[in-house]
Amino acid sequence: MSSVSALQDARFDGAVTVEEAGLQGMVTLKADLSAQSVVDGLKRIGLNIPGQRQIVETDTGAIAWMAPDELLFLCDHDKAGDVEAQLDAALQGQHVLIVNISDARAMFRIEGKGVREVLAKLAPVDLHPDSFGPGEIRRTRLAQVPAAFWMQDDDAFNVICFRSVARYVFDILFKASETSYLRQAKQGVL
Amino acid sequence: MSTRLTNGGRLIDRRQPREFTFNGKRMTGFAGDTLASALLANGQTLMGRSFKYHRPRGVMASGAEEPNALFGIGTEGHFEPNQRATTQEIFEGMQAESQNHWPSLDFDVGAINSKVSRLLPAGFYYKTFMAPRPFWKHVFEPIIRRSAGLGKAPKARDADQYEHFYAFVDILIAGGGIAGLQAALMAGEAGARVLLVEQLPYWGGRTPVDGGEIDGMLAADWVKDAVQRLENMPNVEIRLRCMASGIYDHGYALAYERLTDHCADKSGSRHKLWRVRAKHIITATGAIERPLSFAGNDVPGVMLASAVRDYIADYGVSVGDRVVIVTTNDDAYRTAFAIHEAGLAVPVILDARTDQERPPEVGGFVTKARHMGIRVEMGKGIARVKGGKHVTGIEICDQAGEGHVLEEIACDAVAMSGGWSPVVHLWSHCGGKLLWDEEEAMFYPDETRPPISHDGKGFVTTAGSANGKLLIRAVMKDAQSAAKTVLEALGMDVAGGAAEAGPFNEWMPKPVWMMPQGAGKDLRQKMWLDFQNDVKVSDVQLAAQEGYESVEHTKRYTTLGMATDQGKLSNINGLATLANALNEEVPAVGTTTFRPPYTPISMGSIAGEARGDMFQPIRRTPIHEWHESQEAYMEPVGHWRRPYCYPKDGESHADAVKREVLATRESLGLLDASTLGKIIVKGPDAPRFMDMLYTNMMSSLKPGRCRYGLMCNENGFLMDDGVVARLDDETFLVHTTSGGAEHTHGHMEDWLQCEWWDWKVHTLNVTEAWAQIAVVGPNTRNLLEKLGSEIDLSAEALPFMGFAFGKLGGFDARVFRISFSGELSFEIAVPASQGRAFWDALHEAGAEFNATAYGTEALHIMRAEKGFIMIGDETDGTVIPQDLGLDWAISKKKDDYLGKRAQARSHMVDPNRWKLVGLETVDGSVLPDGSYAIGDGVNENGQRVTEGRVTSTYHSPTLNRGIAMGLVKHGPNRMGEVLRFNTTSGAEIQAEIVNPVFFDPEGEKQNV
Repeated sequence: MSSVSALQDARFDGAVTVEEAGLQGMVTLKADLSAQSVVDGLKRIGLNIPGQRQIVETDTGAIAWMAPDELLFLCDHDKAGDVEAQLDAALQGQHVLIVNISDARAMFRIEGKGVREVLAKLAPVDLHPDSFGPGEIRRTRLAQVPAAFWMQDDDAFNVICFRSVARYVFDILFKASETSYLRQAKQGVL
Repeated sequence: MSTRLTNGGRLIDRRQPREFTFNGKRMTGFAGDTLASALLANGQTLMGRSFKYHRPRGVMASGAEEPNALFGIGTEGHFEPNQRATTQEIFEGMQAESQNHWPSLDFDVGAINSKVSRLLPAGFYYKTFMAPRPFWKHVFEPIIRRSAGLGKAPKARDADQYEHFYAFVDILIAGGGIAGLQAALMAGEAGARVLLVEQLPYWGGRTPVDGGEIDGMLAADWVKDAVQRLENMPNVEIRLRCMASGIYDHGYALAYERLTDHCADKSGSRHKLWRVRAKHIITATGAIERPLSFAGNDVPGVMLASAVRDYIADYGVSVGDRVVIVTTNDDAYRTAFAIHEAGLAVPVILDARTDQERPPEVGGFVTKARHMGIRVEMGKGIARVKGGKHVTGIEICDQAGEGHVLEEIACDAVAMSGGWSPVVHLWSHCGGKLLWDEEEAMFYPDETRPPISHDGKGFVTTAGSANGKLLIRAVMKDAQSAAKTVLEALGMDVAGGAAEAGPFNEWMPKPVWMMPQGAGKDLRQKMWLDFQNDVKVSDVQLAAQEGYESVEHTKRYTTLGMATDQGKLSNINGLATLANALNEEVPAVGTTTFRPPYTPISMGSIAGEARGDMFQPIRRTPIHEWHESQEAYMEPVGHWRRPYCYPKDGESHADAVKREVLATRESLGLLDASTLGKIIVKGPDAPRFMDMLYTNMMSSLKPGRCRYGLMCNENGFLMDDGVVARLDDETFLVHTTSGGAEHTHGHMEDWLQCEWWDWKVHTLNVTEAWAQIAVVGPNTRNLLEKLGSEIDLSAEALPFMGFAFGKLGGFDARVFRISFSGELSFEIAVPASQGRAFWDALHEAGAEFNATAYGTEALHIMRAEKGFIMIGDETDGTVIPQDLGLDWAISKKKDDYLGKRAQARSHMVDPNRWKLVGLETVDGSVLPDGSYAIGDGVNENGQRVTEGRVTSTYHSPTLNRGIAMGLVKHGPNRMGEVLRFNTTSGAEIQAEIVNPVFFDPEGEKQNV
């Protein structure tokens, strides 16, 4: 049985590199994140709830804060079931919803100098290095569709969107990087 | 005539010639020229024809305020009309075309309008709406359409690309003159994130031309130094050719950057629209010189005084050998000096002010002019300009008189100045208020009433000439104090930057709204206020006479200020003229509303990346590529694209649909149903939440079972329908219509978050996590068993409306035994990543059963044959479930559900509501979609009485005849009755009212 991602690892090398990151495990937890029982339940399996708009790495991937009642767990695609089961066990008996939504999304990696500028053409987000850096995840929109992104390092972002619009998101990222009007050296305002 | 001077021109590079064409004629300019300066350098002063009277027009200004010199630039996909020659820089190979002339610029037939101008007075357009009625359509409209207008709309598809850019800054500064530069320096030094934008291709605004000293340097040198310093600040971004076009609520602003309009190389984005969020905005937008209203002020060769010296200083271009100056202020004397220094003649300066009016401490400009040997006439003005296509002379009169001609003077250009108006547009866009300065005769920003942000504080501050500070020392002082105020409000330290500017004493201007002040009707009819829209002093006076008092009404009645220049030159003169006509003070009349954009911005820049394939996001299922590979005919369903049918070689759509339906009914059909909405609803309160969402009882549904349900909004109207599966006691899987998932999910969250916030329910839209395939037809079970299933698919183990999860042919499957076709049918969901492989596997294994992919039309036909309703066909937002005979799906036992109370309203229970029936044409043909059942007579509005309408209509391949569903008055009680349906051709079609279930009414086929 072969599983495939939405664009099967499409890639474009322009002013920045845009590539589909392939299959990515994602598990959504909906719960009252302020409830002590939820905090404790996660703590028992060694997980801390990230702060508002934060994403933190774990042994198996990462945890991202999505909303006051929502976390996203990132892991290998074939491990999503395990993460789901682990969370189920840790939060048993509580009012929570845990769902493997790996296949509902597509993920991209964009990389290169000027990558902030490429995203700033599409997302109404302050991407100045003083305002946005590694460790933060932002749910926003890219042009006309919902999306979220976070930085891997200084010159690389991960972007997630709904699977059905993967082609659109690839196209607008590609276009934004192709027409990029990169400023000279100056690390200034975006 | 105009020509290039031997020397001078600080913006041009004489070593770099640029060839371009004007109306097909080859001309040469230099790098740095605008189209206007290059045309003038080539002796071309006639640049266009006016909007209404087709009067010959030359360039009047040197900047963004230009009303006359509008051109079509470029060709084909790069063509753009109405571009101002004063801001369009030339480049090698540029093609420019003049506008609004026929057959040629020099000889224009439409100029006849000018001769009959008394027939085209103010409000002419509106007056044509009045009687006689047929005249509008047959006489006025065709004539107006042909003769009025500016540029032509482009015919070719726009070949350029555009982009947006989101920027977040502490301070946005609009305008890169000395005030903007000074404010940027202070803000930059204080560490603020600054974006400084300037619409022109150079910094410093007017100052390098007008001169003066700042910080002990020549102003032009100070500007260079300031730009250098700003470029070295990492926290400051500065942009040329970038206009702050509008200011909106809460510090939002748009800036329009023209990236390639000045380049021969058009690659890359043409325009970039900066979408800026600023904590504070400083508008340092300068001021615009006002024309004077004298007879013939629109003749080519009459120009703003500031423009005349700009062309000399910036481009080394003289507008004429003999230039008469007419002014109400000292500033125009600078033009006289510039002309004189260029070695050309100023026959006379006509100064509307009198010596008696002069305060003793001023008057240095007059004296200087006289010392240079220039004749200065005080208290004088122009009675009339002579010349048609170009100025040949002027007649001098007393400003105080009625226009008696004292003397004629030959000249080939006139430089006029009626004073300066601060550019208050940006300040005003979001509600900043204005004050009237009686002495300077100008509106300026009222700093106590700025545009207000969310916190009740002003978010725009204005600086320099835009704030009414016209002299260099006042400008610098004002810029410093503005920057200081803003920085302090942002909690930043203000350091240094106290630039000192040299002193200048000037004699205040005199407000002159008409020249001469007692001009008679004959002269007033030749005094232009709005050059682009051909509005004259006499038009505004006529409007006042006809009862127009409000400046906004007068604007629309006369079209004053309604052209592409939005009245940059005409605004103040127009409303002062109105004020005089009404015997009011100028501030009592007030200004019209300033609206963004400051000057027109391209449609492309607004669209940004949203064009072509990216115009709108297209949603694709995991099987989308297969559909495309089969050359399926696709149709939009929400943002999805779904196959309508899969025509084989040469097959018509109708034939393809027929084949798909029959193959499915006879053996096996496969449908990509991935677009079906899937929402998980979970929690201890999920059962009662589901009972509120649906009209029928959902809490009684057993885990492992499915139930069809109807969802209404609070007004009782049917909103969505679908099958609900109960996964466990606390968890439901809601299936919505394709394209209805987001809306339904929003509806759920709305009620959960706003009304039932204490209910313990989580929802999650998982539509895209699953690929869903409907496997339909008598051979369905054979196919699935062949694939190898660990789920028992027998009728006993998995009965109709049951579901089971497990491995199917190696796939992680969720099998729902539901049917929208009346056939034995399984809807199987697999993870989206496995969707395509599963689809392929079904086709491979199904080949022996003639497995046939079918599209949405076959889906629709098969559901219609079974009498199943479709949201959006049988419903349109005004239909309740009871209209559709779905009373069986409305629980009588529940206390409440969304829509219950609304459905009890008198109109909803009216027995006369149209109700769902089946319709069979008597001759077997297909009823037209949307056709009405015709009754007898007419209603109170004189319309034909109707008693029903068609909601769905198809040719049924199964029954080989036309079938339809419709809503008919008293329909279910009229079985067997024949109705008449209308068609667009006028013929009528007869159809009998029948049961809407046309096929297998007992449901024997699906229950095997």
